[in-house]
Amino acid sequence: MNNDLLNELTFFVLAVFVGIEVISKVPTMLHTPLMSGTNAIHGIILVGALLIAAGAKSPVTLILGFLAVVLATTNVVGGFVVTDRMLEMFKGRQTPSKTPEAAKK
Amino acid sequence: MSTILTLAYLLAAVLFILGLKQLSSPRTARNGNYTAGVGMVIALGATVPQLRFTTAGAIIVLVGVVIGAGVGTFGARQVKMTAIPQMVALFNGAGGGAAALVAVAELIKFGPHPAFAEALPSVFSIVVGSVSFAGSLVAFAKLQELMTGTPITYPGQQLVNGLLAVAIIGFVIAVLAIASIPFSFLSLMLLALILGVAFVLPIGGADMPVVISLLNAFTGLAVAASGFTLNNFALIVAGTLVGASGSLLTKLMSDAMGRSLGNVLFGAFGQVRTTAGAAAGKEGRSVRTASIEDLATLLAYSRRVIIVPGYGLAVAQAQHAARELADLLEKRGVEVNYAIHPVAGRMPGHMNVLLAEANVPYEQLKEMDEINDEFKDADVVLVVGANDVVNPAARTSPGSPIYGMPILNADQAKNIVFLKRSMRPGFAGIDNDLLYDPKTIMLFGDAKDSLTKLVAAVKAA
Repeated sequence: MNNDLLNELTFFVLAVFVGIEVISKVPTMLHTPLMSGTNAIHGIILVGALLIAAGAKSPVTLILGFLAVVLATTNVVGGFVVTDRMLEMFKGRQTPSKTPEAAKK
Repeated sequence: MSTILTLAYLLAAVLFILGLKQLSSPRTARNGNYTAGVGMVIALGATVPQLRFTTAGAIIVLVGVVIGAGVGTFGARQVKMTAIPQMVALFNGAGGGAAALVAVAELIKFGPHPAFAEALPSVFSIVVGSVSFAGSLVAFAKLQELMTGTPITYPGQQLVNGLLAVAIIGFVIAVLAIASIPFSFLSLMLLALILGVAFVLPIGGADMPVVISLLNAFTGLAVAASGFTLNNFALIVAGTLVGASGSLLTKLMSDAMGRSLGNVLFGAFGQVRTTAGAAAGKEGRSVRTASIEDLATLLAYSRRVIIVPGYGLAVAQAQHAARELADLLEKRGVEVNYAIHPVAGRMPGHMNVLLAEANVPYEQLKEMDEINDEFKDADVVLVVGANDVVNPAARTSPGSPIYGMPILNADQAKNIVFLKRSMRPGFAGIDNDLLYDPKTIMLFGDAKDSLTKLVAAVKAA
């Protein structure tokens, strides 16, 4: 195995652990926005689509690159905008950690 | 990779992680989305100067970005709050499709005999990305009710799916070992697309949120695999973060429904038919209805009312009317609370969003565990457009597809009022015995319409 691949494997394994750890305490009410937020993040495939599309010469690569750029941009732009629309609804509210006391009164 | 590019990707990765962290707490969630967005802008901004554009390449990138940004913004802005789950499915499918296409293009570039270390992740990305793309489209169609939400099963289904999987593995081996057939990648993609459809068809509409979350994790992994092919650090880290957190989120969601993931994905095989048979014998039972005025009197002279909102409330855009009724009852000294089932609406947390939009006071929103003991003291439970989340079959009928799902104890209240369009079963496609309970009163019609009439009648009462 070459060095690049070893490095990449290291990043991959560490990212698995970070990904699991970082959202492990999410409350139920945020499941949907969180799914939508992670959905926007995998829109990073736009970087890959750009790498393919920018240098495209043959007709096949041009078509593949074009479709990939359209789909990836839809994913990244739509993903962030729709997540923000959802989270907008939570603005100015109390945090749920306060509600049990509030409810008892 | 240049040093600047690597550092920019590192910064982006850190921002994605911080963004996810913020997204999992209600107070910081909105900022979390911005944080991740900044990470995305940095990753993209650092990539663009590194690109060597051909003329044709520059044109397709420009046109592609404009179209994609237009479609994405339009879709995300125009979509109704109720239709958000299927919109997320579409965006996710787009990402999966993009990952598969990138991998195909990269494999073509490698020529007929790609190195194993490059070919393996490409093939993985093609298969998983395509499954995610096709599966997401089916999930969208089910939620948008372009097709039936009930599980679609047919004899020999497992055999067909098994054969599909075997064919895909065969093609994978062919691509990796021989890799000289120019269109083998496309055949592989086509097979994976079919598998994606076949995979989601037998899953019921009510379980779509879990499926979308799983496909979201799939897309993350496909993106990570593309990162291995392209030797791109940003794709590997961001894709893997989504793959890992998405997998955990999928598990948390099925836990919230009291089901195992295996039961959600493969539960339809064999189980549904037995329940359908059992339900068929119950046709012709009578239900109780009452006039708007009678119901208004019942509500106005109650002490405790619990509203159980469901997807029907969201579809009818009745959350504002529900709030008006609740305010009116509160003024008369009735204690009103909302019981929020973890999967009310179409996704966990969906109902909180909808009621927040209608400015329902946060203290009145009670989670299931918090309110389940209070149902027995409630005079009236007003079930607005919900069904499966109060179906006692989840407790009593082991053959039911929703058996084991935690439900709201609406059946323990003194009176139960269902606001429903018809006797049609809920999204899980199963009959609800509670509708036929002697304590239950049905009020048929559009939820918003019924609530508005109730508001007028309570004012008069």
